[in-house]
Amino acid sequence: MPEFCGIGLRHPVINGSGTYDAIAARKVFGDELLADFPFSAFVSKTITPEPRAGNAPRRIWETPAGMINSIGLPNKGLEGFLAEDLPQLAELPVPLIVSVMGTSREQFTRLVEGVAEREEVAAIELNVSCPNVHSGLIVGEQPTETAALLQALRPLTAKPLIVKLTPNVADPAAVAIAAEEGGADAVSLINTLKASAFDPATGAPALAAGHGGLSGPAVRPVALQQLRAVTAAVSVPAIGMGGISSGADAAEFIAAGAALVAVGTESFRDPRAGSRIAAELQSGRAEIVPSPT
Amino acid sequence: MNAPFGRRLCAVSEGRDSGGYRVFSLLDHEGPEPLPGQFYMLAAASRWAERGGRPFLPRAISVAETGPAADGIRLDFLIEGVGPGTDRLCALREGDEVWLTGPLGNAFSEPRQASPRAAGAILVGGGIGIAPLAILRRTFAEQGIPLRALLGFRNEAHSGGLELFCASGGDLCPEVRLATEDGHRGHHGYVTDLLLTMLEGDDAQSAVVYSCGPPAMLEAVRSLCAERAVPCELAMESPMACGFGACFGCVVPKPDGGYMRLCVDGPVVRGEQIAEVTHA
Repeated sequence: MPEFCGIGLRHPVINGSGTYDAIAARKVFGDELLADFPFSAFVSKTITPEPRAGNAPRRIWETPAGMINSIGLPNKGLEGFLAEDLPQLAELPVPLIVSVMGTSREQFTRLVEGVAEREEVAAIELNVSCPNVHSGLIVGEQPTETAALLQALRPLTAKPLIVKLTPNVADPAAVAIAAEEGGADAVSLINTLKASAFDPATGAPALAAGHGGLSGPAVRPVALQQLRAVTAAVSVPAIGMGGISSGADAAEFIAAGAALVAVGTESFRDPRAGSRIAAELQSGRAEIVPSPT
Repeated sequence: MNAPFGRRLCAVSEGRDSGGYRVFSLLDHEGPEPLPGQFYMLAAASRWAERGGRPFLPRAISVAETGPAADGIRLDFLIEGVGPGTDRLCALREGDEVWLTGPLGNAFSEPRQASPRAAGAILVGGGIGIAPLAILRRTFAEQGIPLRALLGFRNEAHSGGLELFCASGGDLCPEVRLATEDGHRGHHGYVTDLLLTMLEGDDAQSAVVYSCGPPAMLEAVRSLCAERAVPCELAMESPMACGFGACFGCVVPKPDGGYMRLCVDGPVVRGEQIAEVTHA
């Protein structure tokens, strides 16, 4: 049984933030969802201080072996999450990791303090793929910004802090080192890759936001290289993700140094993908097979 | 009634070409009988997300009809090949297998639920959107709900919904009126022309309109009904990756700001639940 930052888990497969709405899934599939919950821990979608409606549609676009999304972090805000969603997520049979995102150190402080004091929350993931309103810089793209944020948040809680790394940098290992030095307990990677598509019918950007983030098997080799570079550079555990759709894929991420793996886009295709991948991983059917040339 | 958790493999029991579209049936041994308006996520078990490429995501398809079958239920789908996913679904043949998740989403309501004074139903379908109205028509007919139907399509090559609709009970519907854009059958023009005429008639005020079709048609239906305070329910479509609330891709704007997910809060929406049906 894997242990992650002191949290005991049934198996090493969790979900990527923002890729599974357990509350909606329970309404659709009923309590069968709880009886065979696909993940060994549940990561919430990202919570922001105030409610967000998310981006205008069109929000998703299928690509070869993947998809681009620009959802825009719709959520109920911190107060709405704590009052309405957290009690329902606490009924899940697995530890809960809450993802938060702010646009300033003050916002992050409010979020971490609000979430950390709730005993239902096992760990906090920091989504740093957003600009700091003061500097205008994307926190997760700057080692100095990342280290400063962690130094501010670390004293607020003893609960594990996980930094979700963006892949849209030249050197993700430098950001991971900064996170570790700032006191992060773990890192998770990769977030989606910046991507665009154009509607062949109109020649206009396919997504209303103009661009979005690429996920799915298309990003897997990129994720593996970044994971390899990051795990070589830091000693805190890493959650590896990026296009995992089988036990064999998960085994590659573990070979590249991941302590846990996360499944995202594959859950859209198969609501029980997490359980399937965990079972494939444990059955030994997940040996890495050389790809055909 | 909840959908079985996860996807399941179902075999194609039959398939046929119909008016430019493809109709195929799946044998489902596990799921509950779907309600009119509900949909499934479908992906062929082979030549789908293999060696990368497209199609990658499953496709959301409304159920067109259902009925008992050996050791389960039969699910009929009407497909127009318009891209890699629907092209692959059109190529399915008897014995092929399909990954299926569902039934998903909400359903059309009965006229009395939509409006206490409603006496009957007006079904307005366009093109491929006639599909969910076939199962709705049969269900209403079985319940003795009076209904009239207005069906429109571009031309013969987009008429597959008509055959399916007629198969749902030819003698149960006293009035089916057609409109075609090329004028080869029925009224030469839009199906919404027929709706306008009907809504200006004596008894239409006591009906509920049920509609599915292309976005421009749905918007015309929505606004015609809104102007006359006639309740309407629209089965809508939006790009959808998962079908169970996970991806947040399939949203439509609400009138008071914000968005609703069509997979879990739809696909059937009441006219007043949305600002408008956006269309190019």
